[in-house]
Amino acid sequence: MQVTMTVNGQTVSRDVEPRTLLVHFLRDHVGLTGTNVGCDTSSCGACTVHVNGESVKSCTMLAVQADGQEITTIEGLASPEGELHPMQKAFQENHGLQCGFCTPGMVMAATSFLKENPHPTEAEVRLGLEGNLCRCTGYHNIVKSVLAAAESMGE
Amino acid sequence: MTTTETTSGSKVLGQRVLRREDPKLLTGEAKFSDDLDIPGALHMAVLRSTVAHARITSIDTSAAKSRPGVVAVYTYDDLKDDWAGPMPCAWPVTADMKNPAHFPLANGKVNYVGDGVAVVLAHSKTAAVDALEAIEVGYEELDPVLDLEESLADSNVIHSEIGTNLSYTWELIPNKEAVDDAFAKAAYTVSERYIQQRLVPSAMEPRAVVVVPAPFGGDYTVYSATQVPHILKVMLALTVGVSETKLRVVAPSVGGGFGSKLNVYAEEVLALALARKLRRPVRWTEERSENAVATIHGRGQIQNIELAADADGKVTAVRVNLVADMGAYLQLVTPGIPLLGAFLYHGVYDIPNYSFTCRSVFTNKTPTDAYRGAGRPEATYAIERAMDALARKVGVSAVEIRKRNFIPTEKFPYNSAAGLVFDSGDYLTNFNKALDMMGMDELLAEKKLRIDAGSRKLLGIGISFFVEMCGLAPSRVLASLNYGAGGWEAATVRILPTSKIQVVTGTAPHGQGHETAWSMIVAEKLGVPLADIEVLHSDTAIAPYGMDTYGSRSLAVGGSAIHIATERVLDKAKAIAAHQLEVAEEDLDYAEGVFTVKGSPDRAFPLAAAALEAFTAHNLPDGMEPNLEASVSWDPPNFTFPYGSHIAVVEVDTETGKVDLVRYQAVDDCGNRVNPLIIEGQVHGGIAQGVAQALFEEASYDSAGNLISATLADYLVPSAAELPSFELGETVTPSPTNPLGVKGIGEAGTIASTPAVMNAIVDALSHLGIENIEMPASPERVWRAISAATRK
Amino acid sequence: MFPSTFDYVRAGSVAEAISILDGSDDAKLIAGGHSLLPLMKLRLAAPSTLVDIGRLSELNYIEDRGDHVAIGALTRHRDLETSAVLKHSVPILSHVAGEVGDPAVRHRGTIGGSIAHGDGASDLPAAVLALDATMVVRSASGERTVPAANFFKGFLETDLGQGEVLTEIRVPKVSGGWAYKKFNRRAQDWAIVGVAVVRNGSTRISLVNMGSTPLRASASENAINQGASIEEAANLASEGIDPPSDLNASAEYRRHLASVLVRRALQEASA
Repeated sequence: MQVTMTVNGQTVSRDVEPRTLLVHFLRDHVGLTGTNVGCDTSSCGACTVHVNGESVKSCTMLAVQADGQEITTIEGLASPEGELHPMQKAFQENHGLQCGFCTPGMVMAATSFLKENPHPTEAEVRLGLEGNLCRCTGYHNIVKSVLAAAESMGE
Repeated sequence: MTTTETTSGSKVLGQRVLRREDPKLLTGEAKFSDDLDIPGALHMAVLRSTVAHARITSIDTSAAKSRPGVVAVYTYDDLKDDWAGPMPCAWPVTADMKNPAHFPLANGKVNYVGDGVAVVLAHSKTAAVDALEAIEVGYEELDPVLDLEESLADSNVIHSEIGTNLSYTWELIPNKEAVDDAFAKAAYTVSERYIQQRLVPSAMEPRAVVVVPAPFGGDYTVYSATQVPHILKVMLALTVGVSETKLRVVAPSVGGGFGSKLNVYAEEVLALALARKLRRPVRWTEERSENAVATIHGRGQIQNIELAADADGKVTAVRVNLVADMGAYLQLVTPGIPLLGAFLYHGVYDIPNYSFTCRSVFTNKTPTDAYRGAGRPEATYAIERAMDALARKVGVSAVEIRKRNFIPTEKFPYNSAAGLVFDSGDYLTNFNKALDMMGMDELLAEKKLRIDAGSRKLLGIGISFFVEMCGLAPSRVLASLNYGAGGWEAATVRILPTSKIQVVTGTAPHGQGHETAWSMIVAEKLGVPLADIEVLHSDTAIAPYGMDTYGSRSLAVGGSAIHIATERVLDKAKAIAAHQLEVAEEDLDYAEGVFTVKGSPDRAFPLAAAALEAFTAHNLPDGMEPNLEASVSWDPPNFTFPYGSHIAVVEVDTETGKVDLVRYQAVDDCGNRVNPLIIEGQVHGGIAQGVAQALFEEASYDSAGNLISATLADYLVPSAAELPSFELGETVTPSPTNPLGVKGIGEAGTIASTPAVMNAIVDALSHLGIENIEMPASPERVWRAISAATRK
Repeated sequence: MFPSTFDYVRAGSVAEAISILDGSDDAKLIAGGHSLLPLMKLRLAAPSTLVDIGRLSELNYIEDRGDHVAIGALTRHRDLETSAVLKHSVPILSHVAGEVGDPAVRHRGTIGGSIAHGDGASDLPAAVLALDATMVVRSASGERTVPAANFFKGFLETDLGQGEVLTEIRVPKVSGGWAYKKFNRRAQDWAIVGVAVVRNGSTRISLVNMGSTPLRASASENAINQGASIEEAANLASEGIDPPSDLNASAEYRRHLASVLVRRALQEASA
């Protein structure tokens, strides 16, 4: 089936099987491997991307369902000139990542979360990231990063 | 706290330098193994046993072979001539250890759910996975052996060729009579039985391997999500029979390991053998639910620990009997894991008499092996829980019992009854700092207030003071433990003609930030900008020697090797500078990248100029070789012994049994601190993993031997919502074992936090008469304990 | 992990979706896909055809209709969570929607999908049961309504026939107290036990994950409606109910939790 969508501002069109998951479409058909697959039960959030500006687990959406939609992946978050998004900067400045495998999904979840709640408390950040698992950081510095990003983006 | 963006010159050690690894990981540019785009690669999928213990009566692969896109389907019989050796176990801990040979696919019998039965190669991943459903396997099911003590009874033997389920018995009993005597004379004894449940390590990146044959020459490049590219290269050569000279192993970005990628796996071996057989690139990526059964598990022990103490509560002897779960087969270092804790069951206490016995048995479950801390979390758990039990018996506080038993500061270096020499420590200072930071008096008052008020949310405060042996390891000590390799680490420091610096390390980072930390060590010594230094690693063609990353060893051993190599490069540069300036070497000072003549600071010779001189070799001192480079293989003289005080505060809902971790404080002493930002990150993550063992995680099996917690929906890796922020402090007691004075921090949090949390839960409930709750302390377990206690 | 092969049709209207369902033995509707796709990936479900109704904007609305609020089946959890109409008139539904899964799940999952899936462990089916909501079901032969009490039939089984589409959920407005107590070990997980209480004149109590369908705690309801104390009513929470045992909880523990949570929910709803 032919599917066409906007990925990071570019129109992409591919012929795929209907069973192709959005995450495999992005990784295998478009070559954007920043979005990772960490589980098979929609539990870990490593595959989180934005669909029309909102966080979605791309392992639980068919590419055909994304036909005509606007997708943003971690590769599309920094400015075209390469300047990191404030959330990416905050993750680096607060050591919010170690192995980096959960990071793309975590950053995408966090940016979507801040759109909905621009001035969160620590407890709200923790709950806002309930669907994204990290095995390295114990979340301490991830939470700190998101709070720092909220502050810098609110300025 | 401030962070440092970029730092130039010396005095960089100890600063919060931001990680150079991050930008690629934050933008999706980093490449993990499954991200590699390899044209023409065949996709491999493994058919796994769905039963725990059975004879294979038939395998019909014909339907699978005829499916579209399928290139080949193999079983054990098809590949039996492709191996040079069985799957490797590098740690035969005793001369008579039983190690049943196993191969990448099951030979006539399956021994756990997840055991490989057949392998499919196809042009696409979908074709390979779909074809698995078309393979018909006949099983004649046998009763599974799932319980450790039942396994020990040998009434149902898994591997008939060895005739027993007991792999080995290992003892460390320096003086049995003295131990027996101490127990006979004891004023107090405690006898505790703890279960270390099996854990699924759950690195966020599942395993993946890609093998690419070179177009000619018979060479293979193996990309693997591994912690141990160097060890993997050696083992692939031995199992697949490819000359080590024809193998290049690369670990691309690796998404966490925690010990689970410290191994040599069937899929790595299969991918290489099948790439050789079919002369095509072969790739495989693990599914998460596959990871739960096909990647090693951690822990899995029954611990019996006894303490003898005198009338003051001073412990006079510790006696430990373990039964350790090996799983179905011995993997790379499976049998050695309990022994990494064998020397540490006295913890931080000055206990003169020691007895340790471990019996390790096979079960029809996934093999166990290293998982963050590997043996040391188990040891710390047992002694720290038992010390609380002793405190209750003696009638003193958990604080007091520890203070009475600490190894006194003046006894360092301390010769332990188990035969180790503890490098350095000042436990009381660390403990007092932790107690002050925590505000113990207020907490204890609040705890009492809640009990008195009949609150249904009780407070518990749990203490755990840990010590671990890190910096694995002095090679001679490893030899005495029958380990199959050394514990040294390799480093090369190379100053290029343009004065940029390459650092080559044998460590293999997978999230630890070695590129940042190693460049800091070199910058500190040379006084050059961090940006001029590049750290190369995890590719055996670039870094041919190394012992890789595990056991909190990388900084203490690998970092020290880099430090020494940097010194040697600087010595050589100094000789060149002295030659150029026509002064004696001892007349030169060095600072910030420039040699100057003592007393005549205007007579200077930059390091960069020495690098160019070394390269052109036009005017070097007589007999000096060209190039400014030094290679070091450094073998540490001893382990390092990091320690620290961890305190957990929990709230227990007495109606539902739910436990909430409300505060967690860690005061660690890891010796000198290279990059506090990274140290804190390691502690945070370690704490979370240890808390997860205490409260959330368990590899649960049903009575047929099926893993029923095989997805991240059922295996409860906690999220941010289940954890608090952590409060950290530190003391610094440099290690005399290595030139950096460092000790290691990768496993500390995990080792300390599990007993801290469990002690806190018992503390909250001990007035009800509750002394133990098994892990994980699920709401139902806690509720049952409370119900049973209040019914009494 | 990925599903077995299937045919995919994007329906342009409810009528078109119905006609495709009518022409197939096992075609399945998909909207957000957050109930169905996980099952298909694990190959526990393998429909030959998926009929995508996710784009039917005619089924995406929350409307105040006087004594009740009408919710289009394709309204997402996130939209329930943030709806001013619901927050004002049926605050419990808004609250429960915010407890489903995690934020990313709530951006895709729909109320109709959750209710049509009929999982006894899900939050929203129990909520609509406590609310005494009415399901509007359309088929080739027209439209019918089913009270929530008659909608959930068995394990992942509802009153919906093969050619039927759940189009709307009509929820009576709530003037009295309410509470939802979800007990789980991780925030993102299904409830081990959940309790919804709605006091709208009389008191209705429903239970999550205490059986193969969402259940009413009838004994507790009767007791409280006949003037028993909260404590007495709560003790009857699992009377006549046979809860499951699984990895997270035994049946016995579930019964205990049900009593504790019913008590807490009643207390909160009465405060």
